[in-house]
Amino acid sequence: MEFTLITLLNGVSYGLLLFMLSSGLTLIFSMMGVLNFAHASFYMLGAYFAAMLSSHLGFWPALVLAPIAVGILGALVERFGLRRVHQYGHIPELLFTFGLSYVILEIVQLIWGRASIPYAIPAELDGPLFTLYTTTFPKYRAFMMLVAMVMLIAIYLLLTKTRIGLIIQAALTHPDAVEALGHNVPRVFMLVFGGGCALAGLAGVVGGNAFVTEPGMAATLGSIIFVVVVVGGMGSLGGAFIASLLIGILQTFAVALDYSLGSVLKFIGVGVQMTSPWYSLFSLTISQVAPVMPYLLLVLILIFRPRGLLGTREG
Amino acid sequence: MKRHILSHSVGTLLVWFGFAVLLIVAPKVFNQGASLSLLSQMGTLMIFGLSFNMLLGQGGMLSFGHAVYSGLGAFFAVHAMNLAAAGVLTIPVSLIPLVGGLAGMLFGILFGYVTTKKSGTTFSMITLGMVELVFACSLMFPKFFGGEGGISTNRVMGNPFLGITFGPQIEVYYLIAFWLFVSTVAMFAFTHTPLGRMINAVRDNPERAEFIGYDTQWVRYLTLIISAFFAGIAGGLSAINFEIVTAENVSALRSGAVLLFSFIGGIGYFYGPMIGAVAGVFLTVMLSDFTKAWQLYLGIFFIFIVMFAPGGIAGIWASYYRMFKFRKMRQIWPAFWKICCAGLLTVSGAIMAIEMLYQRSLGGDQEPIAKIAGVSLNVFESMPWCIAALLCLIGGVGFFFTQRRFIAVWNSAMAEIEVAILKGDA
Repeated sequence: MEFTLITLLNGVSYGLLLFMLSSGLTLIFSMMGVLNFAHASFYMLGAYFAAMLSSHLGFWPALVLAPIAVGILGALVERFGLRRVHQYGHIPELLFTFGLSYVILEIVQLIWGRASIPYAIPAELDGPLFTLYTTTFPKYRAFMMLVAMVMLIAIYLLLTKTRIGLIIQAALTHPDAVEALGHNVPRVFMLVFGGGCALAGLAGVVGGNAFVTEPGMAATLGSIIFVVVVVGGMGSLGGAFIASLLIGILQTFAVALDYSLGSVLKFIGVGVQMTSPWYSLFSLTISQVAPVMPYLLLVLILIFRPRGLLGTREG
Repeated sequence: MKRHILSHSVGTLLVWFGFAVLLIVAPKVFNQGASLSLLSQMGTLMIFGLSFNMLLGQGGMLSFGHAVYSGLGAFFAVHAMNLAAAGVLTIPVSLIPLVGGLAGMLFGILFGYVTTKKSGTTFSMITLGMVELVFACSLMFPKFFGGEGGISTNRVMGNPFLGITFGPQIEVYYLIAFWLFVSTVAMFAFTHTPLGRMINAVRDNPERAEFIGYDTQWVRYLTLIISAFFAGIAGGLSAINFEIVTAENVSALRSGAVLLFSFIGGIGYFYGPMIGAVAGVFLTVMLSDFTKAWQLYLGIFFIFIVMFAPGGIAGIWASYYRMFKFRKMRQIWPAFWKICCAGLLTVSGAIMAIEMLYQRSLGGDQEPIAKIAGVSLNVFESMPWCIAALLCLIGGVGFFFTQRRFIAVWNSAMAEIEVAILKGDA
């Protein structure tokens, strides 16, 4: 019981972090059709900016300033890079962001070096929040969940209740009509791309000190958020939310479980010898298989439900 | 279709003949030091790039996980060689690439069924998931994949055939050259088969292809299987060449590299990836000797190609050849040399700044001297930085003012050429 609850909480907080990333990716994709390969790179930039800012100004200003800086950078990338490539089609756009992820990684290594940099959790958020039976739940995890939830509600309100949100939604399906009404659709695109990048930057600010701030952090999350977006259904924010939580909980549970196929067979009375030909398969524990889990889920979803959990269109 | 290929002009036959001759004499011309090993690497990368371009250039399928097929092919090839050396299998080294190809094809049948369900950007995301899946699996099964150290082998095994042991690098080079020639001919022939034509149609307009009665998913699937076969051949050859295969061979990194090089070479042309392979090996091997920042340059160069020359090096070459052929070089020359000078200034300023930045971040306080093209610069003095900034500034301003004129001149020359072609046709 204790194990289940704590793992569930950890899984949910990890899943919410994934959602902070995948929501920006989904927004950009559903608006512009652009698959931002460099999305996790903006997450990394957010963490590095926050580490720099928090050492000079403290954590709280960094929480606000770092995402804004990342957002501005994203908007500049859209204005001077993507907009030019847009005329060639979606695949060159993807190639552009692929090259961008390469360059951002190199520049980060150039400025901050190849090792991880110190980025500590602020003192007021350090320490346990509550104790469940014997295990403590850290304050910072709860803070991460809070930030993600606030962000989720803010996006929802922005998209559905404000004028700019309505224009964004309209530009999503009828860009020509919106343009005819006198709105600057390319500028809306720039705002959305910058906004999506800012969300990734925010995830970096809160994720960077929960995990490690290092040049490899983009690669570790990058492919998982792609899985989240496909599993949730391309372009569906709700789907991305469910898929993020699903994958977050799945991975957290899997890492913690130390059972293998062999031990299950032993439990029901079938022993597997060291000499049996598939011994290496039977002796794999679930925690060893954990890194593969999201990708297996991806394959299963594609076979049984190709449009994703909440997706509406076949691609 | 055979008749179609044979009826090609004598010129095409001459090109193939020239290619064969080039492959034969290349090691005689470039015979210093490590050039033989470079040529061997280029050969395998050419096959790999061509098979990749079957998907991207001809099918419009951008794969982030093509190394899965070449890497698994390489692992099967390495195990086949070890089994043959142990006497379990009887297979000569010269046919080992075929083992790799068949293994690649097998996994193409398996994985392709899932990946080709989608097209466009979704396909790309799924291939990225696939390569991560296989890479994660490779660390889970150390017996087959050899864990961190990989699987090594010895290519000198079995009885020598006609005195060929594959011990010396030159014999390996000719084996690679042979497979390269055969694969290139086969892949070129593929572009003229009905399937090769259909995949072009599916790339350009899947809806219309479906209306004629073709299953686009099936066309993509078949193309991917054939492409995986050739990727496997490339993997088998690299296993023979390096005598070691590690998990890095099935990684997203390797897949990204073939994507970078093929695109730089030019995906719109059949021979583009071959140029890309030559450029790629040069960049990774030669440039990395000169500078620590080579990956940054590679990335920036790639972005530049995507933004300004989507046809790659082959596309740049083709358009300038066209200008030359229609005698328009003189017309664009005044604007051309100005923009080249401006570009050169900007690039040299940027290189200077990047090199000094690298020296500053990696060398620390102990080594303040950056050596660029034989000139030593102290990165803690402000003078070199000012020079770099000035170069960038002058070049940038010059570029800004010359580019408009250049684009105008270029477009008008292009329009004149099009008129000339139309007149020629009429």
